[in-house]
Amino acid sequence: MTAGHKFEPRILGFLCNWCCYAGADLAGVSRYQHPPNMRVIRLMCSGRVDPAYIFQAFATGQDAVFIGGCHLNDCHYVTHGNYDALAMVHICKKLLGHIGLSRERLKLEWVSAGEGIRYAQIMNEFVPLIEKLGPLGRGEGLDEQELKFKLAAVTKLIPYIKLVQSERLRPDVSERTEEAYNEFYNSEEFDRMFKELIADKLAVGQIELLLREKPYSAKEISEILGLSPSETTRHLKVAARNQNIEKAAVDYDKIDQIIDKHHSQASSLVQVLLEIQHENPWLPQEVLDQVSKRLDVPLSRIKQIVTFHETFSLMPDEKT
Amino acid sequence: MDKDAGEGKLTSGFMYSDSQFGDVMIVGGGISGIQASLDLADAGFKVYLVEKSPTIGGKMAQLDKTFPTNDCSMCIESPKFIECDRHPNIEILTYTEVDSIEGEAGDFTVNLIKKPRYVIESKCTGCTVCVEYCPVNVPDPFNQNLSTNKAIHIYFSQAVPLVTYIDENCLFLDDKKCTICQGVCKHDAIDLHQEAERVKINVGAIILSPGYEPFDPRLRGDYGYGQMENVVTSLDFERLLCATGPHEGEILRPSDKKHPQKIAWIHCVGSREVTPGGNSYCSAVCCSYIQKQVILAKDHNPNMQAFIFHNDIRSFGKDFERFYQRAENLPEVTFIRSYVSLGNEIPETKNVTIRYATDQDGVKEEEFDLVVLGVGLNPPTDVLNLAEKFGIELNPHRFCKGNPVNPMETTRPGIFVSGAFQGPMDIPESVVTASGAGSLCGHLLNYRRGKLARDRIYPTERDVSQEETKVGVFVCHCGANIGRVVDVPSVVEYSSQLENVVHAEEGLFVCSTDAAEQISNTIREKGLNRVVVAACTPRTHEPLFRDTLREGGINQYFFDMANIREHCSWVHSKQKEEATAKAKDIVRMSVARAANLEPLQEFDLPVNKTGLVVGGGIAGMTSALALANQGFEVHLVEKDTDLGGMARRIHYTLDGLDVQSFLRELIRKVYQHPQVHVHHDATIANVSGYVGNFVTTVKSEGRIKEIRHGAAILATGAEEYVPTEYLYGEDERVLTQLGLEEEITKGTERVMNSQSIVMIQCVGCRQEDRNYCSRICCNVAIKNALKLKEVNPKIDIYILFRDMRTYGFAEDYYREAADKDVKFIRWEPADKPQVEITSAEDNPVLQIQVPDPILGQRLALDADLLVLSAAVVPSKGSMEIARLFKAPLNPDGFFQEAHVKLRPVDFAAEGVYTCGIAHYPKHIPESIGQAYGAAGRAVTLLSRDTVTASGAVCEVKENDCIACGACITACTYGAIEFRETPQGKKAYVNAILCKGDGLCNAKCPTNAISLKHYTDEEVFAQIDAAIPPPTEAAIEEGVNRE
Repeated sequence: MTAGHKFEPRILGFLCNWCCYAGADLAGVSRYQHPPNMRVIRLMCSGRVDPAYIFQAFATGQDAVFIGGCHLNDCHYVTHGNYDALAMVHICKKLLGHIGLSRERLKLEWVSAGEGIRYAQIMNEFVPLIEKLGPLGRGEGLDEQELKFKLAAVTKLIPYIKLVQSERLRPDVSERTEEAYNEFYNSEEFDRMFKELIADKLAVGQIELLLREKPYSAKEISEILGLSPSETTRHLKVAARNQNIEKAAVDYDKIDQIIDKHHSQASSLVQVLLEIQHENPWLPQEVLDQVSKRLDVPLSRIKQIVTFHETFSLMPDEKT
Repeated sequence: MDKDAGEGKLTSGFMYSDSQFGDVMIVGGGISGIQASLDLADAGFKVYLVEKSPTIGGKMAQLDKTFPTNDCSMCIESPKFIECDRHPNIEILTYTEVDSIEGEAGDFTVNLIKKPRYVIESKCTGCTVCVEYCPVNVPDPFNQNLSTNKAIHIYFSQAVPLVTYIDENCLFLDDKKCTICQGVCKHDAIDLHQEAERVKINVGAIILSPGYEPFDPRLRGDYGYGQMENVVTSLDFERLLCATGPHEGEILRPSDKKHPQKIAWIHCVGSREVTPGGNSYCSAVCCSYIQKQVILAKDHNPNMQAFIFHNDIRSFGKDFERFYQRAENLPEVTFIRSYVSLGNEIPETKNVTIRYATDQDGVKEEEFDLVVLGVGLNPPTDVLNLAEKFGIELNPHRFCKGNPVNPMETTRPGIFVSGAFQGPMDIPESVVTASGAGSLCGHLLNYRRGKLARDRIYPTERDVSQEETKVGVFVCHCGANIGRVVDVPSVVEYSSQLENVVHAEEGLFVCSTDAAEQISNTIREKGLNRVVVAACTPRTHEPLFRDTLREGGINQYFFDMANIREHCSWVHSKQKEEATAKAKDIVRMSVARAANLEPLQEFDLPVNKTGLVVGGGIAGMTSALALANQGFEVHLVEKDTDLGGMARRIHYTLDGLDVQSFLRELIRKVYQHPQVHVHHDATIANVSGYVGNFVTTVKSEGRIKEIRHGAAILATGAEEYVPTEYLYGEDERVLTQLGLEEEITKGTERVMNSQSIVMIQCVGCRQEDRNYCSRICCNVAIKNALKLKEVNPKIDIYILFRDMRTYGFAEDYYREAADKDVKFIRWEPADKPQVEITSAEDNPVLQIQVPDPILGQRLALDADLLVLSAAVVPSKGSMEIARLFKAPLNPDGFFQEAHVKLRPVDFAAEGVYTCGIAHYPKHIPESIGQAYGAAGRAVTLLSRDTVTASGAVCEVKENDCIACGACITACTYGAIEFRETPQGKKAYVNAILCKGDGLCNAKCPTNAISLKHYTDEEVFAQIDAAIPPPTEAAIEEGVNRE
């Protein structure tokens, strides 16, 4: 792309097979013209959209992500996956905002199989909106590196987010309604939980990723991440500890030594794990993988043990 | 190869030789005949499909697009050709005519004459070398003689069978002069001495689906047709619009091949007229097809001016009203309500002038570049001969004489009729009546179902697990639908360079029989193990191509479809470069996904051979009986304490049917049938399960029952709108048509003594909040008006209407009413009738004021009774039933079928069907036809022992499962549960219950559960491929610089 060209946003769409994809088909059949910026991935249900897809899309260079599902309560499936899509999009928008990206880059719409014209209208509005926002990151004044590590930090956190979402970050309602969902995700309670459960972790994650590049001062970190000095110090403490551990964790020689000591015997599994944890306050996934491989014990067996004995920590701050 | 099947046949106890014995013969291979063939073949019958032209397809194949969705006609029809062609229970006999028939229901012998094609079908490969060399250019009948073809040619490129034939213009046949084709044919397929062949076939039943013939304006020279070059028929214009037409989709007028800038359409040519040579009936489809042509012509040329000269606009079908508005709201499109007469042809320009009159301007004469005649539908050619051959009677319009309570029955038992031979109808009705006729054959021949039927045999699936990935990409031009916008050759070139792609090619119609077969061959020859077809939407064509992969000997899930038509060429038609770039991106994403695809196995689930019908009105009862008559148990669930539904309030029809005695007889049959179980006073509390295996909880008369069934038919009916306008409910002299009918039947004093009755049409519909036409009200008003006139010929009746929509043969009654001095006064929505009480002395007078457009003044009509033709509105219960059965509703609250044209009684969710006015308002015979249609469709399912469930279900990688339970919470199908394993508690998926939405996959924190065919690997591959590799362009640039 040569400079001076008009900015053409790249948009990735995830459309559910039964409604929005069919709506897009109908727009085609009816020849409702719309801009050619979006590429479509067909999924069976909008609820199938993994948050990881969204951040992967942004990480690969999409300027916006569109998700289209059936109207609420019209889901083709009895699971009403579109409510889950709604919840997921709320959280992802929050995350986007949190890392300094415009929430408007993620759009969720309900389009029925009969709403070809609506689909075209939505495209005709969404594309100019993203054009106005500008390229991802640059439009928000983030430089490329910054954008990259922020997205990486979020991606890393997604498995954890899925866990807390299914346990806590969802509206506690007997009957699912759009209003209840929107209300919950715009509530102070959600704000508080988001901060407690996600934002802090995300900040630590970002600091870790930052420090991997080069040693920044606390002041620099505060500036880059837009944190208050006290917050930075607090997160730095956690990060510093994790950093060491992570380094140790990837120090496979040490692990190998411990395993060699036990002659790679599966029967010594618990002892091996204990000794490793003695070296490191917690057991990251990579370590478990290594142990599993070396001792030839299924990962699930290892997880069964480490989740059973309270001695073992799978998260860095579980015991502090 | 079919040894088993052959032996199976011996047990049937019939004497036959293999090619001479079948269950049903279908005469006429248009869309109706095709649908009837497929339904019956699926329901376990051996079918002969006989077509007189060289290919199946009928008139639908000649259409460019279909209203009201503007779906591409050939694109939706041609997959059905292939289905017929591949179906083991369908034998297609083209270029074949029925000579005579003998016998009776259950045992007909049909003598056929197979006309000589002069080409040996089994040898011809459809390569068309002979066509290239043939020296004789002749007008092409498929293109309405607007272009030429050769004396030897293929009828059209998607023809089935895809073989050539030689027509009467051949020099050899004429004068023994030329044998070039014989010389060039490498397959020795040409036999210029071929003679007609007689074939005798024994069948148990016959369906006549010969279709219609367009009205030929040449005979009377209507509007200069035949003399003036730039006067064409609507079917001519259809070909002009079409990408496979004479000018590849460019609208060029005949005289000078220039783009016409000003086009006139004339309605009702040959229809609604009593002059000799014309038809008195309304052809029912022309209003909508003209609107379609206007929309498409404007799409081709946005600056074109369109004038539409019309009588009543009859947009009576589902979504037709909105379609009309769409056409009307286009810029420079003018609808003019006026009769027209032809002016003259201007010698220099060959333009044609037309005289018309408007209320404002009086008579005007205007010049047009092109005039399109909206020709009506005639009975099939040679219909008298046809009737004689089959021993059936015709109605006064020379269409098939039907039974008013069973439109698919002819006057001869064992011979049924479907499609437009019943009377003018559109495609969905032709399809519905085909399924209905199939259902009646099923009733007649139930005792021999399955005895001649065979299963499809596919080649053994190749194990590709040890092979390297080899993707083949097939890019479709779709005529010009894609090729006109997207640079197809450059997409092919680009595809061939993508990773894993070993083969890329383009095709004019990749979905045509020969192209699909070619793909199968290429899979084998090139050892492909993944296939990407870049064409239209997978929602319609994926099944066809999956089948093609099976034919090619690889797993059907190794297929992915890149939608470069609906999502690209059709919606970016003005941005050719961007569309081409997008098409490349789409193909790249598809190839990336394809490389990750895994082979999946489908599994068979047993089918519970019980049907459930919801709604005990005429439609519900008819379909319940149709199922029971074919040997299936049926549960009929009715919310009321009585059967009958809306029909209990209807007493007579326009055709003179005594509805109440018909209804009593129908109800009696339902109660008497041992296999129909009626549940009164019933509500449905819950529906679970899936196609073939539903469990529905019914609360009936205080008891709760669980009904297990394989299929469900939703016939929940509709209601009459309760008007809030025109003093309804305030003045007791204002009533609805149903109310009036009740009073006429009772002979109430006030009706008998009425001197003046005013009726207002379109009350509560054709307006913003209910933007549809209720279809039946015009006929009902005429029906009641005629009844009143019968009682008291002196009574004054005024019908205040917007458009009289007495479509089809009902037009005769409209004329009769007008002849009997019923007064018709048209009003516009901007100036509605006003109703008020004027107190004349002690007696308040009900007065209706309406502007009279002809006299240009307001009329004040004093009425004894004011009758409102109130809209048909969806029943309140339908919404709940829709929710329970996951059946979608359209914006107006009627059931939304799976496909407007070709799956009119199916829902997208398998195993659930609809009929009657819950689908859309319709007349009793139409409801009955649709009820048989729904039953016919349900039987294609219930007659099978198993249904195949998708292989795209979820699966757990036990090693990664941490037993958090997120998936179990998400899955309300209950398909996932914990199981104890040696490694502890793990999630386990019951594949039968899994519906493949993949919600669990998105919830799983460790990605232990994954939805097959939509795995994270597959989706991430698509996401990553969505951005073009940045290096590629740069490298290319670098290379170019060097």
